[in-house]
Amino acid sequence: MINPGSNSDPFPAGLRVLVVDDDPTCLMILERMLMTCLYRVTKCNRAELALSLLRKNKHGFDIVISDVHMPDMDGFKLLEHVGLEMDLPVIMMSADDSKSVVLKGVTHGAVDYLIKPVRIEALKNIWQHVVRKKRNEWNVSEHSGGSIEDTGGDRDRQQPREDADNNSSSVNEGNWRSSSYRKRKEEEVDDQGDDKEDTSSLKKPRVVWSVELHQQFVAAVNQLGVDKAVPKKILEMMNLPGLTRENVASHLQKYRIYLRRLGGVSQHQGNMNHSFMNGQDPNFGPLSSLNGFDLQALAVAGQLPAQSLAQLQAAGLGRSSLIKPGMSSSPLVDQRSIFNFENPKIRFGDGHGQAINNGNKQMSLLHGVPTGMEPKQFAGSSYMRVQQQITGVRPGQNVQSSGLMLPVADHLPRGGPSMLPSLGQQQPMFSTSVSRRSDLTGAVRNSIPETNNRVLPATHSVFNNFPADLPQNNFPLASAPGISIPVSASYQEEVNSSDAKGGSSAATAGFGNPSYDIFNDFPQQQQHNSKLNDWDMRNIGLVHSHQDTAAASAGFSTSEAYSSSSMQRKRRETDATVVTAHGQNQQPPSRSLNHLNHVFMDGGSVRVKSERVAETVTCPPATTLFHEQYHQEDLMSALLKQEGIPSVDNEFDFDGYSIDNIPV
Amino acid sequence: MQRQVALIKQSLFDQGYLDEQFMELEELQDDANPNFVEEVSALYFKDSARLINNIDQALERGSFDFNRLDSYMHQFKGSSTSIGASKVKAECTKFREYCRAGNAEGCLRTFHQLKKEHSTLRKKLEHYFQLARQAGPKETARRPK
Repeated sequence: MINPGSNSDPFPAGLRVLVVDDDPTCLMILERMLMTCLYRVTKCNRAELALSLLRKNKHGFDIVISDVHMPDMDGFKLLEHVGLEMDLPVIMMSADDSKSVVLKGVTHGAVDYLIKPVRIEALKNIWQHVVRKKRNEWNVSEHSGGSIEDTGGDRDRQQPREDADNNSSSVNEGNWRSSSYRKRKEEEVDDQGDDKEDTSSLKKPRVVWSVELHQQFVAAVNQLGVDKAVPKKILEMMNLPGLTRENVASHLQKYRIYLRRLGGVSQHQGNMNHSFMNGQDPNFGPLSSLNGFDLQALAVAGQLPAQSLAQLQAAGLGRSSLIKPGMSSSPLVDQRSIFNFENPKIRFGDGHGQAINNGNKQMSLLHGVPTGMEPKQFAGSSYMRVQQQITGVRPGQNVQSSGLMLPVADHLPRGGPSMLPSLGQQQPMFSTSVSRRSDLTGAVRNSIPETNNRVLPATHSVFNNFPADLPQNNFPLASAPGISIPVSASYQEEVNSSDAKGGSSAATAGFGNPSYDIFNDFPQQQQHNSKLNDWDMRNIGLVHSHQDTAAASAGFSTSEAYSSSSMQRKRRETDATVVTAHGQNQQPPSRSLNHLNHVFMDGGSVRVKSERVAETVTCPPATTLFHEQYHQEDLMSALLKQEGIPSVDNEFDFDGYSIDNIPV
Repeated sequence: MQRQVALIKQSLFDQGYLDEQFMELEELQDDANPNFVEEVSALYFKDSARLINNIDQALERGSFDFNRLDSYMHQFKGSSTSIGASKVKAECTKFREYCRAGNAEGCLRTFHQLKKEHSTLRKKLEHYFQLARQAGPKETARRPK
């Protein structure tokens, strides 16, 4: 009869639906109904399981239907994750029909909201959401493609929301209009593109926004300025083959929504990230610690929403550039940043490869080179990191951790600067934690969409782990056990390096990169472990975000060092928890993040500071951070060398400076 | 026999034990899934028994964590709604209101009532399905899909 997924009418048939509900009765009924509609149904009674299914099978589903109230994870969180990571339409349903809940569904991006008892008629039409989404994406890509090179760019800017109005110019007016209302999301609507009326052509391969990818995205966005970022330019900046403008556009939409949801965290935070990155100030130290946790949390949580990661990335990237040499350690940082930039790139590539595969690729994100296009996942983590950085940066520092909306950053009360640095680096990781912590980092948040906040918490945790572990280079992934989070090995390395380097490496946010080399240096540090540990944590945070701000990280290390000792302990614990959590990466980030957040909180007054710092920090252009991250590794090593292991101690002295120094 | 079965079913509707959702479920039943409704009912009763148990325990503890109770009841209401158990659903709604008002005694009373309705429905449905099976494949009013 009807061939599933064919080009013609039978299109709705064979639609692959994933339905998530903890109520077995409802699940069974829905399954039956959907099958009656000739859809291919997969049922799932736990949100985490659903997320992992989705992650494992990136293109295995067309649409997700989820209950709002579930014991293991809030349906809205799942919604966000799916939206960010997989970019699938999600329908919410509930027996609860109160307006506030329905509104929540809308604001979180659900394409529809069904009231239970669900009738089969309601399910018969869910395919429209799939088509709509695809059409929007097509339009976006179409537009971006081409023709409108410069006008298109302008158009993008102009049309923030109504595609229709602006785009009428071209070719597919008709098409465009129809899709325009769908694309209401302002941004990118791209306009004209070809008209892709036929649904069959909608089968575009879905881009998976991995953490790294998201980081890159965030970096690019931050660099352009969140408000001005248009898909075309972002795409150019990211410069990744295989990524289309439409992918970027739709991702940007989500990102913006996320940002908005975060309460308009000012870009300021984004800047902060930069500062972190750049400034390896001691400020970062604290941040890193926080970040570590966040990241971990994020890692645990599983894939951080891509956005968050991206944000972190962006934040991190942004930050790194921000970190100005002002900081005392800045000179070093500067140097490092330079290094970072150069190297990170390279490293990331490697790092990514590794990271990407891990759920926790947060580290790779840091590197900023999302080789994989799975930014989403990383994005979350990256966000976290960035945020962390931001927080660390604190006052002067601009928590550049761009992207890392280090929620944790707020924590960084202590030596802000120290924290910051770590935050910056933590971007990838932080994103997850960031998202969680969004409240905390306020500032950071800016760059990072909500998801990031969530991410951060995870990242923080991640970082925390590092410090403790870094010295040992044992970390499975990230030196810190906590870092098991996706932060990919590269992260660890960086973390280690940062620790070893006494904070200078903190800047090596570029964890993502296979900066193993940096870590190797650590062994020496490990002797200093006690100090380093603390630092590591911090540094890690900072490092991650700050790749650029190698100098900053150095700064952090010192500051962090001292603060970290206590934190360290805490962090360790949290890290441990986080680590395990992260191991799962796929786990619903929201949950783990929350957990991490808590963890962080305990351990980390530091975190709080970092977050705070984040606020003050402004994010430097994302791109810069990116580079910085890369460089950080180098810088860190350079710094470490310069400073020697003992530098760690010294760095603590910086404690105050980082923040001040870090130009926001 | 089939007529008898039909009558019983009709009375369940008339008496308000079941609502049109139940009819929707019946429509999902077809030759490939002839016992779908019975299966769903069985699943519902099994799951709701578990929920009732949880609530019972929570109430017995005497701590009256209204949030938790409300959340249990939300689940309960969701399943009851999906299967079309209207009387049970009504009791759920009442219970939740008492929860929100913090009225412990009201909760207890309502819950007691809810359990009664629940077990009444269960018996009736079990009886109904039993007869239905005996009567053989019956032609339920099915609208063309």
